[in-house]
Order: sequence, then structure tokens, then C-alpha cells
Amino acid sequence: MGILVIAEHDNRALKSATLNAVSAAVMMGPDVHILVAGKNCADVAATASRVGGVTRVLCVDADTYASVSPEDLAILVASIAPGYSHIVTAATAYGRNFLPRVAVALDVAQISDIVGVLAPDTFVRPIYAGAALATVQALDDVKVVSVRSTGFDAAPCGGNAPIETLAAPRGCGLSRVLGQKLTSSSRPELTAARVVVAGGRALGSSENFKIIDALADKLDAAVGASRAAVDAGFVSNAYQVGQTGKIVAPELYIAVGISGAIQHLAGMKDSKLIVAINKDPEAPIFQVADYGLVADLFQAVPELTAELG
Amino acid sequence: MKVLVAVKRVVDYNVKIRVLPDKSGVDIAGAKMSMNPFDEIAVEEAVKLKEANLVSEVVAVSIGSAAAQEVLRGALALGADRAVLVETEADLPSLNVAKLLKAVVHKESPQLVLLGKQAIDNDAGQTGQMLAALLNWGQATNASAIKLEGAAVEVTREIDGGLETVALSLPAVITADLRLNTPRYATLPNIMKAKKKPLDVIAADSLEVDLRPRIKTISVNEPSPRKAGVLVPDVKSLVERLRNEAKVI
Repeated sequence: MGILVIAEHDNRALKSATLNAVSAAVMMGPDVHILVAGKNCADVAATASRVGGVTRVLCVDADTYASVSPEDLAILVASIAPGYSHIVTAATAYGRNFLPRVAVALDVAQISDIVGVLAPDTFVRPIYAGAALATVQALDDVKVVSVRSTGFDAAPCGGNAPIETLAAPRGCGLSRVLGQKLTSSSRPELTAARVVVAGGRALGSSENFKIIDALADKLDAAVGASRAAVDAGFVSNAYQVGQTGKIVAPELYIAVGISGAIQHLAGMKDSKLIVAINKDPEAPIFQVADYGLVADLFQAVPELTAELG
Repeated sequence: MKVLVAVKRVVDYNVKIRVLPDKSGVDIAGAKMSMNPFDEIAVEEAVKLKEANLVSEVVAVSIGSAAAQEVLRGALALGADRAVLVETEADLPSLNVAKLLKAVVHKESPQLVLLGKQAIDNDAGQTGQMLAALLNWGQATNASAIKLEGAAVEVTREIDGGLETVALSLPAVITADLRLNTPRYATLPNIMKAKKKPLDVIAADSLEVDLRPRIKTISVNEPSPRKAGVLVPDVKSLVERLRNEAKVI
């Protein structure tokens, strides 16, 4: 009985969150396979075959999966599932979308967003925006699990797994992707960056967010934002860090003009080092910050950028 | 056309929860309870669709204890026409909740089911997708815009890299994200009116759904607290500490 990890990719590159999911999968059992479903996705399958701990790559290359719907992906995964003890994927927007449908197809519960594996059937997951950690045992025969990337290191390179090509089942056509509007950025990916500089409502405008960008450029950092800054339209939703946005745990997180609502802390409090810059000394962000600077961000941030030069 | 909106009673988002000393769960005794904020957005969207004459009836449904009636009254005060409580004392996993909702869908025959994208207590984010799969319906999760035209619906979804637009045909399940709308406040007259709207209570056991336990909670623990940090007086000392103490830059 092996472990099946469903890869997330864009037909060109494997998303880094899949590497964290593989690390979690390796802790669940010895025989870890990766499913790559896409269109012209041979490069992704080749990358997957070199991931350490992976013993087989299953590749399904078909028009249906060019921009795959959650309905069709769940049908495919369920058709491959017999023989696997665990079905695993990263708890990203992509994974969260299709995985519950796989659980239904197998008539088993799903364990979402695990941050620890204590036994093949026992997992640790945050609840209440990370205010508590629950240890839960999955009672069903097959475990369907989504993995929070920040809970596990990325699997190293070094594998050399065979690639097996599978035929695609028919799509169901229940939904169709019309298009995507993606935020393009030359900066590192938010969830995988070593440094994140995040701005809050105090920035005041999308124009003012440029001082965050300048600091991020200096540090080769990704840019993040609080919900308030996204709601106000300063930046796109792709930047949101928090309970309902992205969960990040970089080596350095610099929170600028972010008060630190529990929903925001849920997305970044596992960062190795937290710096907070806020003019309100009572802001809750200072309770989780390793270094706090009470200052006007419009002076402090450009000064910090200059100091780093 | 009828819309079903599922709502959950959860600890209010402003409450700082505590883990019980015996680690069996979190202490919610006496905590303020509210409608799950994402479900409130779903209710608002359903009511807006009705106000735009795209929908004829909005039915709110909750799975939970008798106390969940308050949350259903809240949905009625926002503009839902009637409510159904599937009563159970059990803390059910999402799969079982979805199976109960499926039974309600079969009774009510809505063309559209709206729910929040996740509940802020267990943060599982599964129920909508599971319900859609049980019904073999299409789904659109994390909706930030919904355009309904006849039997077709176009949904803008928040995804990791930005936005995605998907086309579905009804019937379908849509889960609400934060920026779908801003829920209105219930006015006093509407709160009074809501008390007179119909609210049916069905025992969960009567729906003949497989509700066996699926997940066992072994323990619930506090996360390890971060050690107290220091305030630095100025940018220079911040840079100095980042370079020489933390060695991160």
C-alpha cells in the first residue's frame, strides 16, 4: 500500500508546495508515488522523478488536464486510488479545491492542513486560526490528507524514479476554466521566499506600497499584505497572508503597518524571525515580533532600505 | 429558482479561545457565538440575488445543536425566507455534514447552494466541495464574484496566483470568499420580522445518513508561544541586530 501525492504544477514547473507534501508523505509510509496530470507536462514529470523519496511517477498527459477542473481531477485521482493507503496533496488553493471530492469518491473523511505526522493515521493540524493544535486520528481505511507547506521542509533532490504513463478517464465537463488573471512578479514566490516584507492598511494607498516593493527588492524578498490592505485595493488578493490567505514561514518576516489581528498572525507566526514596524506601540503585532520598531513607517521603511544599500 | 445557504454556528471571530486543561478540546463555554463570517457572506449573496430578481426563494440551513437556531434567525434577519435546522449534538466531520446537506438538498431541490469557503473553528474547508461531489454537481470555491444568467453561472475565484474565472451550469455549489460582498447589518425591524419566519427542525437521525465517526481527536494543545521580543530604538539598531545578532541579512 503506497502513498499517492498529487502534484501541483502549471505544465512547465512543479510548484514548491508539492515538495513539502512529499516530505510529509515520506513520513506516512515507504512507497511514495507522484501523480502529474496535465497537458504537455513531460518536463514536470521529469522534475518529479528526481524528487528524493519518490519511487514512481504517474503521468497523465491529456487535453482534459490542460487547465484541469477540480471535478475532472478528482475523478482521475479516485480512479487511481485503489491500492494506495494515503492520498496526499498540498493545502494550496489548487489542492483544497479538488481533494474533498476525492474523499467523497472514496467515502472517507479528509484531514486538512496537517503540520505534523505522528503515525500513519495520526496527524497534527491547526484549528481556530492556529490558536490550538489538534492531534487527530483518521479512522477510515484510506487517509486523504492535505499538507500545510510550512509544517514540512521541501523534499530534497536526488531521486531517480521511473515514469509510468497512464491513460486519462473521460472528463465530466461540470465546470470549465474561462481564464486566469495572475499577478506576475519577478520576485520569489510568497510561500517559498526566504524573506517576506508585508504591508498593511497603514500604507494608505497602492502608490505608497512602492516603499514596500523597494525594501523587498533590496532583500530579494516576496511582498505580502494584510487582509485590510487587500480589501482596500492596495494590492491583489495573491499577496494576502493570513488564516484565509497564504500561510508563510520565511526566515525573516517584516510586518510594516500591520496591527496584527489574530487572522493575520495565523498566516505568519511560524516565521523564524519577525520584525514589526508600526507607530502604535500597543499593536498586537509587537507581541509576536522578535524585533519591534515603534516608528512612522513612511520614515522608517525608506531609511531601512537605504541602510541596507 | 431556489437557493439553499448553509450556515454554521461558530465561536465569534473576535474571541481568543483557550485550550481546556485536560487537552480534550477548546473551552467554548460562555464564549460569544456567531454565524461563521464566510457563511454570512454567502447569505448576503443569496439575498442580493433575490433582490435582483434572479432568485425566488432563499432557504437557510444549519447542521448543529438547538442553539444554532439563533444563527438561522440571523440569516432570516439578513433576508432569507425560511430556515431548516438539522439538529444534532454531535461534532460532525465535514463528510457527515455534507451528507446531511445532501439530504436537505433532496428535500428542497435548490438550483444553487451557497456556503462559506471554510468555517473559522476547524478551518477544514471541505464541506462545499464534498457536497458538490456527493450531488455530482459542478463547484466554484473561493468566489469573489458571481454572475448568474439563466441556468449558467460565471464565477470569479480567488486562487493562489490571482483570479480565475470558471463557467458552470446549474445546479451548482459555490463557496464564498471574503471579497464577494460586505454583509449588511440586520435592522431591528428585520430582526423582529425574522422571528415570525418559518424555521423547521429536523432530527439528523431521521435523515437516514451514515453518520459514523470518521476522525478521533486525540488531544488539543496550545502552540508553543514565541519568546518575548525586544523593541529597538531606531532603524540603525534594527539593521545592526538583523546583521550581527540574528544574522539573517
